[in-house]
Amino acid sequence: MPWIEQAVLSFITAVAFGLIFNAPRQTLPQCGVVGMIGWLLYMACMEMGLEAIPSTLIAVIIVAIISQLFAKLYKTPIIVFSVAGIIPLVPGGTAYDAMRRVVENEYDIAVQLGVKAFMISGTIAIGLVLSEVVNQLIRRTYLVRRG
Amino acid sequence: MTSTVMEQPLHSYHLIAQTCLLAGKIILQNGGETYRVEDTMVRIAAAYGISDAQSYVTPTGILFAMDASVPTTRLIRISERLTNLRKVTLVNEISRRISQGKLEVSEAHRLLTEIDEQPYAYPVWLQVLVAAIASGCFLVMFGGRWHDFLAAVLAGGLGFGSVVLLHRLVPVKLFAEFVASLLLGIVTILLVKSGAASNIDTVIIASVMPLVPGLHITNAVRDLMAGHLVSGLSKGVEAFLTAFAIGAGMAAALSFY
Repeated sequence: MPWIEQAVLSFITAVAFGLIFNAPRQTLPQCGVVGMIGWLLYMACMEMGLEAIPSTLIAVIIVAIISQLFAKLYKTPIIVFSVAGIIPLVPGGTAYDAMRRVVENEYDIAVQLGVKAFMISGTIAIGLVLSEVVNQLIRRTYLVRRG
Repeated sequence: MTSTVMEQPLHSYHLIAQTCLLAGKIILQNGGETYRVEDTMVRIAAAYGISDAQSYVTPTGILFAMDASVPTTRLIRISERLTNLRKVTLVNEISRRISQGKLEVSEAHRLLTEIDEQPYAYPVWLQVLVAAIASGCFLVMFGGRWHDFLAAVLAGGLGFGSVVLLHRLVPVKLFAEFVASLLLGIVTILLVKSGAASNIDTVIIASVMPLVPGLHITNAVRDLMAGHLVSGLSKGVEAFLTAFAIGAGMAAALSFY
């Protein structure tokens, strides 16, 4: 039951972000699917006891791969899909905790949390880069084989 | 190559340059990646027989040069950047049709002008409503209780609505984001104090999510990857400044708590 709840909610948020970024109407359901898969994967990894950083990495790589498939399938720029999938993974909570500690003059904890938020953002970036590189490699070998 | 250009009458030569620039301008202004702008412009030029076009794109301006028999260099300054992925998609479709040779220059220019002038956006009230609902959903996703759902919807809608409104009044985006997140924090604190919400942290985290610069982060990374160091860094800075403004606003609100 909590999984169904999470799936429905993450679908709604991803569609909402598609709307906020003015994505074309016919791509909104796909945005929702990408966001839902990303979030469910992240949740599943966290349930299995993985840390936030590897969980984010796995989720982002899958999000980017699905976005690439959708981009090719629907002949639409990839950002339309990848942005919707990445938003729930952005470390808003950690960044907020860091900010809150700064206000409470607990700078040592604030720096720790801030670095963690920064590392998770970096992980999102690395996940995007990785899947992009793999995509280019596949495309190149495909083109070479075709002659 | 030279013969193709010689065959082009002068006016159509200028029209090609204008079409390329217009396509580039629309993509850049509406949240497309820098590498997509350069790629699209060079592709359109190549499709119309100009194979040595050069473009240099930064988030604040486009330089475009065609070094053929009639050398032309154009510059466009981009001062306002929005997020409208529908326009990016539409220009992408047109560029695809041009590459396939299915579109004349004059027709392409007409279509692009149309895209540039049309708003092609969802109504603002819908966006604010949707941002509010998304905040509520985020609350439950981040482990909040359904009891706080309405508080997050209220705070999230207020936060996003005030960014849109303030950005119209004050051209400084940073200020709009700071004030919006300050307002959002204050409203959440009031809601918690009055007993309408129970957990201040989850409500604030959830309602601030629609303000998070997700598109800029993604674009910055994609630009850096494609070797556009200047654009990648400046978009990264834009994302960082937005995050900083939101954080500062929240911190200011929390210091009253």
